[in-house]
Amino acid sequence: MSQKNRALKLSALAVYAFLYLPLLIVVIYSFNDSKLNAEWVGFTFKWYDKLFHNREMLTAAGNSLIIATSSAMIATVLGTLAGMAMYKYRLKVLPGLVLAPIAMPDILMGVSLLLFFIMLNMSLGLISITLAHITFCIGFVALSVQARMSSIDRSLTEAARDLGATPWQCFRKITLPLLAPGIIAGALMAFTLSIDDFVITFFVAGVGSSTLPLQIYSMVKIAVTPEVNAISTLLMLLTLILITLVARLSPGALRS
Amino acid sequence: MLEIKEITRNFDSFTALDKVSLSIEAGEFFTLLGPSGCGKTTLLRLIAGFDQPDGGDILLDGKSIIATPPERRPLHTIFQNYALFPHMTVADNIAFPLRMVGCKPDEIDQRVAEALEDVSLPDKGKHYPEALSGGQKQRIAIARALVNRPRLLLLDEPLSALDAKLREQMQLELIKLQQEIGITFIYVTHDQGEALALSHRIAVMNHGTIAQIDEPSRLYSYPNSRFVADFIGQCNLLAGTVEQIQNDRVRVELKGLGPVQTVIPPNATIEAGMACTLTLRPEKIRISSTLTQDEGEVHLKGVVHDMLYLGDVTVYKVELANGMLVEALLANSSAGRARFFEVGDQVEVAWGFEAGHLVMD
Repeated sequence: MSQKNRALKLSALAVYAFLYLPLLIVVIYSFNDSKLNAEWVGFTFKWYDKLFHNREMLTAAGNSLIIATSSAMIATVLGTLAGMAMYKYRLKVLPGLVLAPIAMPDILMGVSLLLFFIMLNMSLGLISITLAHITFCIGFVALSVQARMSSIDRSLTEAARDLGATPWQCFRKITLPLLAPGIIAGALMAFTLSIDDFVITFFVAGVGSSTLPLQIYSMVKIAVTPEVNAISTLLMLLTLILITLVARLSPGALRS
Repeated sequence: MLEIKEITRNFDSFTALDKVSLSIEAGEFFTLLGPSGCGKTTLLRLIAGFDQPDGGDILLDGKSIIATPPERRPLHTIFQNYALFPHMTVADNIAFPLRMVGCKPDEIDQRVAEALEDVSLPDKGKHYPEALSGGQKQRIAIARALVNRPRLLLLDEPLSALDAKLREQMQLELIKLQQEIGITFIYVTHDQGEALALSHRIAVMNHGTIAQIDEPSRLYSYPNSRFVADFIGQCNLLAGTVEQIQNDRVRVELKGLGPVQTVIPPNATIEAGMACTLTLRPEKIRISSTLTQDEGEVHLKGVVHDMLYLGDVTVYKVELANGMLVEALLANSSAGRARFFEVGDQVEVAWGFEAGHLVMD
């Protein structure tokens, strides 16, 4: 029995090591006082300092934040409506249509969105990237909201109507506050997905407007510099914080 | 006050309500009683406005309310699970219906405080519903539903989640409350004991129709069908055929037991040759070990088959000549003797001509 337990613990440890060791190495080397990712020389913050004086990098980071914020906000509104519709109408095709973009290969999404934007004669840039991000974020918000919605007792909304609330008042005073954790979790997830998306963004970015992942990629093409390690570490930190918040707010959202 | 006119509701191929009509008086404690799936909750939801009928009309004070949305009907519902809003305090829950009609804040505060006082929970206003016990949630739900004085209160099995002792206490409180405020109550339950204890009138429902509407005591004594007799309380059902009608007496040939006399039931069309059932309440049957020859009584021989000692009474199941079991109740009136008979004893079963009640099949 204890033999079996130890084996289980060891294999779990191996899985976590496999997942997190590469990340850990990036974090460690971001503080390494050497241009090469080869040996530990000494502790330094200079790569971070350099990062914050890199104009291109700062522009890319600004772009990423603008895109992530606006696409998360719009996707949250649309995804919330989609999630509520999925709960209310229970049509078999509806969830499929909303969730398909999640399962679709990114490269396919990227190519098709690029063709679509060209067909519309749209210039590529921040707006096309934002629109693309909205499309794949809606599904995640919808899932999160729908999961929350099905945990709300229907008699609560009926009670509100019964006690004199109009459909709109009922939505404002009862449904929305009870849905809030699901909506916020969905929004945070959308933000996270948007800020670290590479493949789709790569296709629809066009020339001149770069995001953080695209910027990192173009830097890595030359060499994996400690600066890349630093920005990666920051990005990782932001993602971890957001995902922790999501897990706090709605324990079910990540599982579904 | 409230009139239900030929209300029909179908769910796909299932008919939940089939042309149900009834009328409820102002100030009445009216109960919809029936087994699960009989349509009682469907009817309540139609009255509340959560659902729309496929046919018929609902009139409140002579005006149709079918097209009125639930928030504009002058009635409130007490839900089975109380449906207190979990993200609001008890005080905000009670204030909810007042806020919806735009009451002034100080009037709201005053009326919420009064409502909490009325349900004897004056210091629970700042608590959240999850911190309350079942009985307290029940009282807050009642306070919330009554705070803006509706014309009608609908109660959907409100006591089913409480334990037996608390349920009895809440029953008494409900009766008292209804008498004090004089609001019409429409109560839905599947518990016949609860219905008998609480109601002024009861509508017994079965398969989407109304089987009988009557006062509790009349429903118990004069059921109009086998179903009602069987559903309300314990009842022995003896199948037979009407043989002869003389003045106020009927002679019925019971299957395998021979002819017995009984009285003509009120408001029944009865003819010789009709199939019928003699309904007999267990407490109206006497058992004795010696043969008696009282006039005006039915006497049948039997053997004690089973007995259940329940403390206050003992239930005897006596096997008759046709193999049927009849139930009889004997009150355990003296402490020393809890058992009058043993299993296997030869006994005589007797009841007065007036004790039985005849229903036509």
